[in-house]
Amino acid sequence: MGKTLFEKIWDAHVIAQDEGAPAVLYIDAHLVHEVTSPQAFATLRERGLPVRRPDKTFATMDHAIPTRIGAVEVDWPDDAATQVRALRTNCADFGVPLFDIEGDIQGIVHVIGPELGITQPGMTIVCGDSHTSTHGAFGALAFGIGTSEVGHVLATQCLMQKQAKTFAINVEGSLGHGVTAKDIILAIIAKNGAGGGVGYVFEYRGEAIRALDMASRMTICNMSIEGGARAGLIAPDETTFEYINGRTYAPKGDAWDKAVAHWHTLKTDDDAVFDRELTLDATALEPMVTYGTNPGQGVPVTKRVPKASDLEDPAERRSLQSALEYMGLTEGQPIEGQHVDIVFIGSCTNSRIEDLRAAAAIAKGRRVSSHVEALVVPGSKAVKAQAEAEGLDRIFSEAGFEWRGAGCSMCLAMNDDKAGEGKYVASTSNRNFMGRQGPGSRSLLMSPIMAAAAAVNGRVTDVREIL
Amino acid sequence: MQPFTTLTSTALPLRTENVDTDQIIPARYLTAVTQEGMGDGLFSWWRYARDGSPNPDFVLNQPQYQGSEILVAGRNFGIGSSREHAVWALTQYGFRAVISPAFADIFYNNSLKNGLLPIRLPEETVGRLLDLVEEVPHTSMCIDLPSQTVTLPSLDSGGSGEPEGPWTFDIDPFRKHCLLRGLDDLGYLLDKEEQISAFEAAASY
Repeated sequence: MGKTLFEKIWDAHVIAQDEGAPAVLYIDAHLVHEVTSPQAFATLRERGLPVRRPDKTFATMDHAIPTRIGAVEVDWPDDAATQVRALRTNCADFGVPLFDIEGDIQGIVHVIGPELGITQPGMTIVCGDSHTSTHGAFGALAFGIGTSEVGHVLATQCLMQKQAKTFAINVEGSLGHGVTAKDIILAIIAKNGAGGGVGYVFEYRGEAIRALDMASRMTICNMSIEGGARAGLIAPDETTFEYINGRTYAPKGDAWDKAVAHWHTLKTDDDAVFDRELTLDATALEPMVTYGTNPGQGVPVTKRVPKASDLEDPAERRSLQSALEYMGLTEGQPIEGQHVDIVFIGSCTNSRIEDLRAAAAIAKGRRVSSHVEALVVPGSKAVKAQAEAEGLDRIFSEAGFEWRGAGCSMCLAMNDDKAGEGKYVASTSNRNFMGRQGPGSRSLLMSPIMAAAAAVNGRVTDVREIL
Repeated sequence: MQPFTTLTSTALPLRTENVDTDQIIPARYLTAVTQEGMGDGLFSWWRYARDGSPNPDFVLNQPQYQGSEILVAGRNFGIGSSREHAVWALTQYGFRAVISPAFADIFYNNSLKNGLLPIRLPEETVGRLLDLVEEVPHTSMCIDLPSQTVTLPSLDSGGSGEPEGPWTFDIDPFRKHCLLRGLDDLGYLLDKEEQISAFEAAASY
């Protein structure tokens, strides 16, 4: 029997498998940021251990840093400044390369990894961040780890892991106009549940996936964790190779040809068997919007918020009722037309140049609704520079969006970008948990073009009507 | 890591599904550079009113559940972020075990690395345990890791009706071994130095 893509990458990285113990898995690239690393570096100091492979470790700052243009470090909140200083000290002491906010390269860790060509097919990639699943878009086995494990990888370049099961998600057909990768992944999670992928690695397959560019593939893999799977994979193809070619850390010359030859083998064999499968018809998909407090609580924009009486499972009913109470929504109400106070375009899910171009196309020549506060936060300094070179910043500014520096920002409200109590946020991020975007904030997750349309109309809008 | 063998304690019922890591510990507590101080942030959104005063309606603030070292919660506990701070918050507050029908993968792993025992029991059983501890808050539960069981000693002794439990739970034998002895992975991995170097050499890393 053949192997799945996951099994091929897994098998190539198991360096030891003692009886009755988890596998010891070698890690090819370790991404580090300011929030989940200080305690891991502390462990190394306590035990007198070096970072085993600083050349395979890459650090940046993204979670806690302010993103207001012109925010100077002396004015930062103390805690963010302390974390950034701790990261600088740790990177300097242990010889880890740091993409500092002071330099030209910096951004959300899952944006800059691919941008720099660090992320390559067939690799194992980890980071103390659950959205590490993003890098699976390149056919890399990439997953989030806790801080203890960050310490393990720093010290040994290895992790103890139990092999996950495999789950094929086939997206057949082609997407309609105005329907995007974000809608595919929100539809998958709505169908399979926020816990439906626990214990599995997803592999996204099918015609609709093959047709996507790399930014869109990253959007899908990014939210694998929202479906319960630690990792999501898409087999690499010409689209992948073309994206990587020429990037800073990409192989060059003969090494490139050799790498591509190897990357061509990284696909699930025809006779491989997945532990589970799910098939979705892309043709039937519509723009999605979440109404609840976990990413599985989403509906097509033309549909209504479910009623508790529609649900058979008492736990699901309870979950819906408490979500609607928090969100201030009524069961059975149409989601289209729902009032919006804030629009956030950004995050590791949707802050790449392609996302900003799509949102700018909606914003162009229009105005943000008078009651809406809207911000656009590029994923990296490179994305910001590219957007500015294309004039996207001006389109956004003229429309009334605030243009920001690179970082995680209002995706998790760790810095000073917080939505107010009870405010509705049309957000391109990945989590609609209670209080995620600020105390009492109410998130409505959607695609960048849907968020731009919501900004303009001041309410949830079917973007297809204005495309 | 603190070893885990057996634990007898009352339990705190959290009848909520999909408890995410932002609920367990909000991002604003993640600005620390040490592990300390996380216990105060545990379930912060639910536990405190916006003015910082304790919310009397939240189960963690109710006198009958003070001192409970076992948390019983609805399914998909710990979904969301990889923040180990969520586990540190639970352990620093005083929890040593969490019982739920299902856990998120990263949370489950992080728990095992900090001596917090995550116990998966069937939905029906967890529902029954929630009923019991809501009705009779002083219900004592006994978790025995060597035999992988949860029992209700106070009900076994002379109670009326059907005896309940013990319920057995699954745990990876290696993880069980580490928990019982308080071992972490780092020592094990450091012992693999030879294989790691050989792998790097062979793969021309």
